[in-house]
Amino acid sequence: MTYFVELLINGVSIGLIYALIAIGFTVIFKATQVLNFAQGSTLLLGAYVVVQLQERLGFYGAVLAGVAVAAAVAGAIEVFLVRRASTHEHISLAILTLGIDIALATELSRRIGSEVLSFADPWGNRTTAIGPFVVPQARLAAMVVCAVIAVAFFALLKYTSWGIAVRATAEDPEAAALMGINRHRVAATSWALAGGLAAVAGVFMGTAPSPGLTSTANVTALNAFPAAVIGGLDSPGGAVVGGLIVGVVQSLSGGYNDQVSFLGSPLSEVSGYVVMIMILLWRPSGLYGTREMTRV
Amino acid sequence: MSENLTASRQWATRLLVSASVVVVLIAPLYLDQFWLQLGFFCFAAAVGTLGLNLLTGIAGLLSLAHGFFLAVGAYAYVFLAGGSEEGISGALVGAGLPSWLAAILAVGVAGFAGLLFSPISGRLRGIYLGVASLALIFIGQHVLHNYESVTGGFYGRDVPTLSLFGFTFAETDPVLMVLGVPFGREERLWYLGAAILLVAYVFARNIVAGRTGRAMQLVRDNEVAASSMGIDVRHYKASAFVLSSIYAGAAGVLIVLALGRAVPDYFGLALSISYLIMVVIGGLGSLPGSVAGAFFVVALPEVLNHYATSLPFLSQPGGDGVSAVQFSEYLYGLLVVAVILFIPRGLAGVFASVRGRAAPRSAPASDGAQLEPQSSERPHLPA
Repeated sequence: MTYFVELLINGVSIGLIYALIAIGFTVIFKATQVLNFAQGSTLLLGAYVVVQLQERLGFYGAVLAGVAVAAAVAGAIEVFLVRRASTHEHISLAILTLGIDIALATELSRRIGSEVLSFADPWGNRTTAIGPFVVPQARLAAMVVCAVIAVAFFALLKYTSWGIAVRATAEDPEAAALMGINRHRVAATSWALAGGLAAVAGVFMGTAPSPGLTSTANVTALNAFPAAVIGGLDSPGGAVVGGLIVGVVQSLSGGYNDQVSFLGSPLSEVSGYVVMIMILLWRPSGLYGTREMTRV
Repeated sequence: MSENLTASRQWATRLLVSASVVVVLIAPLYLDQFWLQLGFFCFAAAVGTLGLNLLTGIAGLLSLAHGFFLAVGAYAYVFLAGGSEEGISGALVGAGLPSWLAAILAVGVAGFAGLLFSPISGRLRGIYLGVASLALIFIGQHVLHNYESVTGGFYGRDVPTLSLFGFTFAETDPVLMVLGVPFGREERLWYLGAAILLVAYVFARNIVAGRTGRAMQLVRDNEVAASSMGIDVRHYKASAFVLSSIYAGAAGVLIVLALGRAVPDYFGLALSISYLIMVVIGGLGSLPGSVAGAFFVVALPEVLNHYATSLPFLSQPGGDGVSAVQFSEYLYGLLVVAVILFIPRGLAGVFASVRGRAAPRSAPASDGAQLEPQSSERPHLPA
């Protein structure tokens, strides 16, 4: 039972990290109708900057710098590339971000090489016992920080004029523009916000119990895709639910892999995708996604 | 005058086609093994790219699972043609069928895998399908690594030689000399690849020009309109998937024949993405573009690597700077961005506008209908 609860806590903490990345996918999709494949390499970029600067600026200063760089690059991708595309078709724009991802990921993996990016975070490898359950402190920090950021994000979306602008643009871009909403500003800020969230997620992906980030962390970040799709691509709330589902399923399937060894190992790498397929068979637009109904 | 122009255009096309046929036929007499093997990989990749372009360019469905269907074809061939033997990681089982039969069945198995995906591919819309197809890659990798008695696990499995009615695609059996040149494995596979690419191309062209292709394009451009014309949208989406997985299966069989060993790592997400790049760089919806895109993407890193010692901007293998493979990756990334931003019809669009510009400018306006559409027109992109 203790083992089960520990796996559950671990799953929730990973799930909240995925949720941050997935919120990024959904806010970009809401504001600009683009599925951003470059999110994974943006995450890696943020983490890389943090590791490069943490000796000079200290951990917290470096995280701020990493978040700022990731946000700036993501915003710049929207302003200079996505906005200027000659098409507004979903698939072409998704492929555009795929191209950006290839170039960025190649450059980062060339710089990182076979190194492991490890963070000089204040939690280190220490663990805390909550009753009978032993949890790494870095995971607790991840849970708290990710939960706070997610709540802050929803407050932003619900109460600020920026949030209203994003929601209005998602609802009806033309009507929103006629109401005086600057669509370009909404688009750029959404991308920048998603980039910043990815950088934070990247840092927590690399802290204990993980030994650090390798140059393939951008592929691990793809786990946030099932999270975003399970929740529904245009639903930030769904992204949190999806992230938690993927995180818990991964953690449990990894923890009990030995009991179901006939399914092969490592199960944790596929279980999230299997759950996604099952949920999509049941609800083709995810749990909370807007269902596009067309009847002929 | 317009007839003259059309006639000269037809002649130019015919000349180009016959020239390439002659080049393909006589090339093995002159080229060494490096170029022949590279050529074969280009042919095989072009077959796969044609399939993905039918799916993404013509039917407008994004798929990141193309590498998975290549793997299905490849491993189905290895299993069906292979015997029960002792592999690196334990005993392997195989069906031991004649290899030509195994190759044909493997293509069918890949198509069947595409059919099994139809509950997903028929129902999901647009971008959801793209992400859902991502799952197949990861599930496929899991199966390839774990189902060791069939796939050989991490270390993979040797690929049986293909033989067709007593003629093997290997160094000997029978020993073959043509005009004083020994025809070994590479030479034989070269002709096999070229022949299959030709068949695949003609088949794809007939599909696109026919009823099925038109239905798929309407599904891409407007599902509602397609439905109201009596087109079964789900059926055509699912059959586009089956069709493209058949092509992927054929490409998979060809590629493992050349590799000699099927290993799971080759069939990862990167492979799917590189096929998508071939389609986009070649031009979404253009069949000649698919072939050009495949040749470009496959050949570039190999050729750069081949000449790396004489290219000052590349580092030597193991060196510190930018390697040939990394350089190619940058170039692909930037090219994909450039294609989406500036040249929406890819290499095919560039050729078309060059040919359009070569036509006499004094041609009367009515000739416009005969010319290839310019790249500035609304691109044929999927919805």
